[in-house]
Amino acid sequence: MNVDAINWHTFFFLLFALFACGFAIATVVAANIVRMAMCLIISLGATSGLFFLAGADFVGSMQLLIYVGGTLVLLIFGVMLTAQGPFVSLKTGGGDWIVAVMLSGCLAAILIPAAFTVADWRNAPATKVHSEHAAQAGGAKVYLTSTAEEHADEHAVPDWTVSTTPGDTNGDGIPDAPPKTSTPIGLGLLGARVDRLQPGPAGLKAGMSGYLLPFELVSVHLLVVLVGAAYLARTKRRARPKM
Amino acid sequence: MHLLTQPVGVSHFLVVGAVLFISGIVCMAVKRNALGILMGVELVLNGANINFVAFSSEFLSGGSPYSLGLDGQFISLFVIVLAAAEAAVALAITLNFYNNHATVDVDRADELKG
Repeated sequence: MNVDAINWHTFFFLLFALFACGFAIATVVAANIVRMAMCLIISLGATSGLFFLAGADFVGSMQLLIYVGGTLVLLIFGVMLTAQGPFVSLKTGGGDWIVAVMLSGCLAAILIPAAFTVADWRNAPATKVHSEHAAQAGGAKVYLTSTAEEHADEHAVPDWTVSTTPGDTNGDGIPDAPPKTSTPIGLGLLGARVDRLQPGPAGLKAGMSGYLLPFELVSVHLLVVLVGAAYLARTKRRARPKM
Repeated sequence: MHLLTQPVGVSHFLVVGAVLFISGIVCMAVKRNALGILMGVELVLNGANINFVAFSSEFLSGGSPYSLGLDGQFISLFVIVLAAAEAAVALAITLNFYNNHATVDVDRADELKG
């Protein structure tokens, strides 16, 4: 097949999706708890790669920092602190596996067709492919663009049109590059939605769509939960009578 | 191989989220280790996060008016923070249980059964 016809966004999506799904399933079937934790780390790292591919760079980096760097390290500490003896095995019986596989089959039969039945989700948008080395060679940034209509004929080589203006949206409102999201997210957590400057619905006043209150609630909740966790996990001092 | 030449949409991300969700549900159902059940919860929350990010992405949905915009990314950030808090407190409970019973087998945690 023609190498130029490969959509690299799709290629990296398939790569990360394969890692995420494969290691998630490996997490389920692994019997060893340490191996489960390792599979979970790889699965969640691949998930952060999917977030980057979806254009959510801030959420992807937070996934790497908080989940992979924090929560899973916490889980691995838990694995180490509750180490079982060498001959203690927590195996699952065969009946449980049969019920679980039937349950997962039913859930898959519901969820996966549902993902493809809504036409608004199924229609893939126009793709933008960035040519970085061409930009370095030419000095100006060159964007290769192609539309979904050209992909309808799958035997034809897509007709790539070169545009040199980085800001053009090809007339359909789709940005060439995913927008940088860290500044709007930071401002949105403080209550200012710079991504929704146009007036919203009539019942929603300006400033009511920010996330200042949930942000404060979550921060206080995190503090309370960490204090509670430290209280729960402390070593019990035995009440020993003096003398 | 026309799978590689076509652009991905929201549906593909939803399928990945569904696989992670089902894996997490099965992990919660079959594991007897309490930490394994915690890992199943993490998988379920990540499946939800993938769906939120996919719905929020204008890059994927092609300028559709039904895109969540930046709200989906806010919700997924809150989910990440709440998952961290949940892992901390559930790990504390597990450690407490291990101190009392010298095991993390959830089948042994049946003192409250009727």
